[in-house]
Formats: sequence, C-alpha cells, structure tokens
Amino acid sequence: MANNNNHEILRMDNIYKSFPGVQALEDVDFCLKKGEIHALVGENGAGKSTLIKVMTGVERFDQGEMYYDGEKIKIRSPQHAHSLGISTVYQEVNLCTNLSVAENLLLGREPRRFGLIDWKAMNERAREIMLNLDVDIDVSAPLATFSTAIQQITAIARALEISSAKVLILDEPTSSLDMHETNLIFKVMRKLRDNGVGIIFITHFIKQVYEVADRITILRNGKLVGTYETASLPTISLIEKMIGRSLAEYEDMKKAQQDSDKQRVLVEAENLAREGSVEPISLSLRTGEVVGMAGLLGSGRTAVAELIFGVEEPDTGHIEVDSLPINKHSPHSSLLHGIALCPEDRKEAGILGELTVRENIILAMQARLGWFKSLNKNKQYEIANKYIEMLDISTPSADQMVKNLSGGNQQKVILARWLATNPKLLILDEPTRGIDVGTKAEIQKLVISLAEEGISCVFISSELEEVMRTSNRIIVMRDREKVTELPGDVQERKIMEAIAGTE
Amino acid sequence: MPKIKKFLFINGPLLATILIFIIVYMIGGQLYPAMKKPQVFFNLFINNASLLIISIGMALVVLMGGIDLSVSGMIALTSVASAALLQLNIHPVVVMLLMLLMGVALGCAMGCIIHYLKVEAFVVTLMGLFFARGMAYVINRSSITISDEFYRYLALTKIPLPFFENVSVYIPTLAGIVLLIIVFIIARFTFFGRTVYAIGKNEQSALLMGMPVARTKIAVYSISGFCSALAGIVFSISLLSGFGGYAKSMEMDAIASVVIGGTALTGGQGNVIGTLFGVLINGTIVTILQFNGTLTSWWTRIGVGVLTLIFIGIQSLFYLKKKRD
Repeated sequence: MANNNNHEILRMDNIYKSFPGVQALEDVDFCLKKGEIHALVGENGAGKSTLIKVMTGVERFDQGEMYYDGEKIKIRSPQHAHSLGISTVYQEVNLCTNLSVAENLLLGREPRRFGLIDWKAMNERAREIMLNLDVDIDVSAPLATFSTAIQQITAIARALEISSAKVLILDEPTSSLDMHETNLIFKVMRKLRDNGVGIIFITHFIKQVYEVADRITILRNGKLVGTYETASLPTISLIEKMIGRSLAEYEDMKKAQQDSDKQRVLVEAENLAREGSVEPISLSLRTGEVVGMAGLLGSGRTAVAELIFGVEEPDTGHIEVDSLPINKHSPHSSLLHGIALCPEDRKEAGILGELTVRENIILAMQARLGWFKSLNKNKQYEIANKYIEMLDISTPSADQMVKNLSGGNQQKVILARWLATNPKLLILDEPTRGIDVGTKAEIQKLVISLAEEGISCVFISSELEEVMRTSNRIIVMRDREKVTELPGDVQERKIMEAIAGTE
Repeated sequence: MPKIKKFLFINGPLLATILIFIIVYMIGGQLYPAMKKPQVFFNLFINNASLLIISIGMALVVLMGGIDLSVSGMIALTSVASAALLQLNIHPVVVMLLMLLMGVALGCAMGCIIHYLKVEAFVVTLMGLFFARGMAYVINRSSITISDEFYRYLALTKIPLPFFENVSVYIPTLAGIVLLIIVFIIARFTFFGRTVYAIGKNEQSALLMGMPVARTKIAVYSISGFCSALAGIVFSISLLSGFGGYAKSMEMDAIASVVIGGTALTGGQGNVIGTLFGVLINGTIVTILQFNGTLTSWWTRIGVGVLTLIFIGIQSLFYLKKKRD
C-alpha cells in the first residue's frame, strides 16, 4: 500500500437494510482506510449500490453502526454526506457540459473582482488544479468538447475542490471508457490515494480491480463474503467468491434429454457484432436444447441477447431462423420469426403493473397479430387461464393487477406472455433475479420442460450453478467476447477459469 | 482545441445571427435605397424598444430552459394600469415604480408556482398571460389617453446621436440598450448568470453541483416580469395611452427573436447579445414591408416564421454535429 498510515476513515459495522420483499443488506461490515483504493465487487443484486446508498445518505440503514474519522455518525442526507467530505462520482457525469471546465470545477467558489467573476483568475486556478492531477487541457473550453474520461476527472476534481472530499466513491467510472481513458482515470486515482484520500472503486471489470485496488470487498446476495488484500486473492478465488455456490439446496433436476444428431439446427448466427457492445460471435442453437450463457456483469451477455432479438441492430453478421434469414432487425420482426426475449429488468422492460394478468399475457400475442386483428375476450381468458395453470401462477384470478403479485409470479407472467406467442427460441435474461429460492427452482424446471417440448432456450444468469443445472451447452462470455463453449456437464471450476481468463 | 475553432464553437450561432441581419438589411437597402439612411436604421431601435426589452427578459428565461408567455399581457396590463393611475393624478415616478414592482411580484409568483408546485412553465405563464390581459380589461375596457406632462416629456424629447447628423432617438429607446448591457454582464460575469446556464443544460446536475436552483429560477421569472413591466411603461410612453388589447401576441415575437438570436429553446446555449440582433432582424423585415407598402403586414409574420424555422434547423444541425464530434 502506498500509505503506511492505517487510520480508518470510514467504518460500517453490522449493517442491515431491507426493502419491501428483499433483504438488500444483511450483516455487512465495511471499512475504508485513508489512502487506499478499495474495490467493491459483486454481481447484480449483491448489494453494492445499496451499501453506497446508505453510506451517502440516499437511504438509511435499518440496523448497524457507522463511524467516520473515528466518530460515530448517522448520515441524514446526501448533502450531509457531502459536507462531511464523502463525495460520489457516478458513471453518468453530473456536471453541466455547456459550461467550461473551469466553471464546472469552481462555480460556487469562483474568484471574483468587484463582485464579478474574474475569468482570468478562475481559468488559472482551474488549470492549476487539473495540472495537479497531471491533466493538461484548455480549461476555458466547454466540458462537452472533452472525452468522458476528462469529464469524469473534472467531476472528481470538483468533489475534491469544492467539498474537500476525504472519501471518494467512484461508481463504475470506467464502464464506458476505452483502455487509454481508463488509464487516465487510474492515474488520477493513484495520485489521490497517495495524497491520503480513501477511494471506493465500484466496477465489474475484474482486471481493473487487480490493476488499481489495494483491497477488495466482495458482496453476494446482500451478504458480506469478505474483505481481502488484492495481492493475496487470486482471480479465480475472487470469481468463485462472487458467483460461487450459494448455500441454498435445490432438489435434483434432470436436464433435458438431448440427442444432438436428431435435433435440427434452429438458429444459426454468424459473426454477429456491434461496435462497442459485442465482438463478432457465432452460435448455433438446436431445437430442444438449453444453452446457458455465463459470464460476469458487463461481459456482453445481455448485449448478445439483444442482438439476436433485434433490439440493437448488428453492424455485421447475419442470423437465420429455420434457414430463413432475418433481414430486418427489430423485435417485431424477430417475433414474427418465432424469437422471444424475456428481458433482464422485468420492472423496467417487461411488466406493466397497472394491467391485469390476462392483459399482460396477451400483449406479445397481440403484437404478433397486428393492430387491427383482435382476440375476443373468451379466447383471451382461455389463453390466460391455460398459462396460469401451466406455470402455476398464484393469482386469485386472471383479472388481478400484476403489480399485486410477488416477484416470482410476475416473472412467470412475463414468461407466459412470450410462451403465448409459441416461440421457437426463447431467450431468458436473468429470469430468476430477485425471486425466492423455491420459485427459482420452479422456473429452472420450467425451462427444462419447455426444451423437452422442442423449444430452444437461451438461459442467461449470473449464478453459475443455475446455468450448469439447466443447460446442455454453456457459452462463456468475457470482455464482450465469446471465450469458449463448454458441454453442460463440465466442472464448475472449468467455467470459472474461462470467466476469469486463467485457463 | 485551436482558438479559432473554440471561438466558433461557442459563438457560432451568434455570428450566424449577425450575418443574417447584415444580409437582410443589405437586401432591404438594395430594394429601397431610403433604408440606407442612418435614421431608418436607428428607427429599428425606436420602434422595437418594448420588443427588445421583453426579449432580453425572455432570453434569460429561455437560457434557463424555461418559457414566459405572459409578457405581452403584462405590457397591456402595465399600460392600462399606469394610464388609470395617472388619471388619478398620482406622481408619474411613483406610478412607474409601482408598475415595476407589480411586474416583479407577478413574475416572482409565477416562478414560485413553477418551481415549488412543479407545474410546467408553459402552463403557468399562459395563465399569467390570461390573468394580466384579463385584468387590463377589468380596469378599463377601452383605451385611456395619457396626458401627464412627464410622460409627454419622455415621449417627445429627442436625443441627437453623436457622429450622425440629424439622427436622433427617444429617451425610452435607451432603456433597452442599458438593460441589454446590464443583462449581458449578469449572464457572463456573475455566479447567478452562470447558474442560469447550468440549470438550462441540466437542472439535476446544477442541483447536485450545489447551485441555488430554486432562488435562481424564481429570480429569473421575476426579472422577466420586471422586463415586461418596463416594456409596458415604454409602450405606454410611446403611444401615450393604455389599452388591454396592446401588444397582442408579442410574446411570440419575443420568443422568435430569442431563437433567431441563437439561443437554443432547450436551454443552456446562447448569448443575450444575439437577442438584440434577433429583434433587429424582426424589425428589418417589418421595415422592408412598410417601404414596399403593397404587401400586408402579415408577411412579417410569415418572414419571421420562416426565419425562425430555418434557425432552429441550423441550430439542431450545429448541435448534432457537436455531438458527433
């Protein structure tokens, strides 16, 4: 570590926080020292953002204790955290890009002459600040003319200058940056660390963790896995701790029987790529098989799903479904070809809480029929009730509003929506996120039984065991690229090695 | 970034406006040589004094990403109210101060509603327009003549301009120019002014940067209220009367002038100086039509409309290109 002073600047003990229906944090300890870069890692839903929120006063913890600079405190609001010297810089830069770099740095404490802004002094001061961070730019130009990295650095510099931050939280600052820009940010981070600032670095790029972090804290499912010295934790164990076997026990399940010689190829994708989100990827999917997609957050899993479904248009490559090429890439045309996608975030992208179970189930089918053909009510109820029974959706009736159902049942409603379109290929992006263990197992079983009926399924999940249990084949993604393809009965260790890139 | 490119980047729309003004005026000069006389040029300032004043207030509001539709109603209300008060033999300076106070108060009230109740500025100021114009007719349904000596003095005194022979403007004409300089300094050289730009770009970010968003928003609508009251005073001086029907839909001319002046309707980009040229372009088109004499005055509207559209088009192309760069 760069600084031998082991003084703790921030300490959180036994933090609990729950939201309706979810225990977001359970008995989490966290401690940040002065002059260290402390990486906070974990998959989606691990509790990283909740921890940051309680730390910065956006939310309050239910139980636990927090110490800042040795004193016990309760943070009342983001402003309060700010005034104490805890600053957050988000991936989305919260600055005004129409103003100059100097203004963004210094407005609020701008140098004045005769009551008016002294532009010359302000630009000089701003230039000094940026040079201190080894950034040599024209500070009088509008912020919009600079790269995201410079904008991030400006945001960091403002946090240090205006609120003299002692704790700096960087929330995925590098996720939209290229390597050169990332290095620029790292340089600034190291410099600040050497000046005694405590930095919490949130990222899903494991490589970057090893590049800058002194210590690592891992969260999983709202619980603390542990805090480790970076040097003493090999990548493979880090991955293991992030996505490894959870404690819940599942009953045994049998994978869909597969006789690949008899199954015909359903979807053939060749060199699909989109700049900045997916490197060229080829896959072929057979009828009646479940293909798992493993990888860390940001490895390009969702992006591949969106390319196949036509949410994003690929730059190169083509897809064939049943030997018919897809010429127009849009969700609607994919739907007509028999592809369905259950998106990752059901609240934002899937469920319409104000509509009834029946209306939600009918939705995608209606889209397939077009605007002018309507299904009569009886038929609608027939379909809705069929899926309520088939998927065992617990709802008093088909007319219940979906927002009144539990998370697991909402997920089943979405599943029903896509099944109602009789898809040939069903892509499930994190179908079990945020639902309880019992329902998870049910959904996994469902996927297997769907495959047995001849539907081809792509199963994307952060939980490795889930992928392993359901899939006939497993595609491993890393850094927006397909790294390898493994058989479904492979050892867990092999997949982790592929994810970590240490094979 | 090279200096020239940066200068163009920041001042591009302003330069375009000035260029368009020069072109339009030169076309006028070619068609009607009388337009080359200096007095005709300065008449633009005299005839558009109130428009310039409300446009300056509007420019601040638009820079902040807002809109103020109430300005023309405020002009009518101010003209009627001051005419009515002058009939009661109240001292003209007191009347003017009262009017300005009323303008600030109404602007402040609208600003508070917009900010604290989170109602769209469009709706609030539209109601402000109805209220002000309605009140004007409530005070008096017909036109009231102003015969106050001080008002007559302000209206009729000519100020000869230096460097030009036989060229003069009136006292109220200067109000707009002075206001323009003050507002330019405020916008460029004060924390308040920069906060206006910041809010115009992204209110949330401005808030997170610790800027006084509430205070600034309310102040800007108050300033716009002040400007429209001042414009109302200038208006009643130049016509020496007050009437509820005055300045009909002048708010649209003001918005058009601001936009032609290079200020983005989405806020955060622009320059108050450009607004002056927006007003001058508007006035030049009117002048050309007056010299022509055979065209109806509605051609002004069509001309301004087309120009505004072209300008918004240029702007979005400009900003699109910026984005791509």
